Amino acid sequence: MSEQGPDATYFAYLAAKDWRIPKCRGCGAHVFQPRIMCPSCGGEAFDWVAPTGAGVVHSTTVVRRRPADGGDYNVALIDLAEGVRMMSRVEGVEPAAVEIGMPVTARLVDQDGDTIVVFDPAADGEGGR
Amino acid sequence: MTWDLRGKTAIVGAATAHLGEAPGYSHMEIAAAAARAALADAGLTLKDVDGLFAVSMHSVFPALTYAEYLGIQPRFSEATIVGGSSAVIQMLHAALALENGQCDVALIVYGSNQRSASGKLHSPSGAENLPYEKPYKLRSPIAGYAMSAARHMHDYGTTREQLAEVAVAARMWAAMNPEAFMRDPLTAADVLGSRLVCDPLTVRDCCLVTDGGGAVVMTRADRARDLRKDPVYLLGCAGGHTHRQYSMMPTLTTTAAVQSGRAAFAMAGLTPAEVDVVQVYDAFTINAVMLLEDLGFCPKGEGGAFVGDGRLRPGGALPFNTYGGGLSCTHPGMLGIFTTIEAVRQLRGECGERQVAGATVGLAHGNGGMFAHESTALLGTGATL
Repeated sequence: MSEQGPDATYFAYLAAKDWRIPKCRGCGAHVFQPRIMCPSCGGEAFDWVAPTGAGVVHSTTVVRRRPADGGDYNVALIDLAEGVRMMSRVEGVEPAAVEIGMPVTARLVDQDGDTIVVFDPAADGEGGR
Repeated sequence: MTWDLRGKTAIVGAATAHLGEAPGYSHMEIAAAAARAALADAGLTLKDVDGLFAVSMHSVFPALTYAEYLGIQPRFSEATIVGGSSAVIQMLHAALALENGQCDVALIVYGSNQRSASGKLHSPSGAENLPYEKPYKLRSPIAGYAMSAARHMHDYGTTREQLAEVAVAARMWAAMNPEAFMRDPLTAADVLGSRLVCDPLTVRDCCLVTDGGGAVVMTRADRARDLRKDPVYLLGCAGGHTHRQYSMMPTLTTTAAVQSGRAAFAMAGLTPAEVDVVQVYDAFTINAVMLLEDLGFCPKGEGGAFVGDGRLRPGGALPFNTYGGGLSCTHPGMLGIFTTIEAVRQLRGECGERQVAGATVGLAHGNGGMFAHESTALLGTGATL
């Protein structure tokens, strides 16, 4: 997957059910969202690594929606163990039960023909950091 | 080195148009009505305008669109799009252009028919592909502000009641503003008891969705003194931004208003304690709390208690959003031009029942995106020069 930009690389991995994020070979920082250069050191070479999947809810909201339109849903920002933050949602609990500081674990799901990353509350002893 | 811009330029005209509901009007007609009124306020005409500073949610070429509509061919044009913050930071750009002789009369103009638009008058705001966030159906912009509110409550103990007080105070000011869209009494219980939109924010924590336009006219200070109204001088103006996508905001509870406020106050040689009237961008109640902190009116984390004691209300220690703000007066998508116009009106003494007696220094703040771009302007009467 070298003859394309990091955005296409990210989504190509995801489409193959293989979630990876770039890690800078220069300074070791994980970079998210993917970029052509590392925002920490300016490095331009990356290894695409699989995150552990462990994360913590940094903030959360419930988007209120009529039941007829699909009902309420969660939107959250997740701090990954790799030191980067991503937007996602927490499933497996009521949207309003998602709390700041909650340890969560990533899971890949299909949505509208794309593979995306969502999170579930971590089982005891898993997730978090 | 920095170029000393303090007091070198002034706002000589300011006006609103079609605030509230304007069915049957296009965004260009609303913007042009505001431009015409602001020029009349200054005693100038469109023929005098040779600098255009345009912003719109409805056009990807706002400078071209509005110049064509107004029938002008300005020698200097720009259309900085940093969301609702645009019109405030455009005052800095206008001051630079004026001082450099790139233009002599600068028109900053905004208009939107977002509330009433339909049929051929509907121009959707530009959609930008944000593939990392799009799958999660962020309800933009409120869901971002809601997550900042949640984090502020978590980190600092800010309460829903304190947030509600921002809306209550705004409504009390709006009650004294004939232009305000919502003027009925509002209580904290009303705010807390209204419909949740994105937790923890209810519909009464959210700004209005209205139509409306606004415009201001600026010239160099020497010319300003010969025009119709007393000049309101630009004493300081600065901006800053931290992200585009909400998930890239470095710290959810701190904005680039730290940077814009510090730089604007430094340019003006003023401190928050010297501000007589503050017009903060209140798209949501949490904005007031965080922006007052970041601008230096209170320490970080104390904004909830700061606003919660009633000081923002009429008669309180900090006259705030005296037109009713985005929460109760108007919010046609981008509010920056309106925080500026109200600051000008207060410094001219034109505010009638809601006038803050003896106001000589006003702060107008713009906020764009989801706490993404922040801009701060300090305005003053001739007494501040």
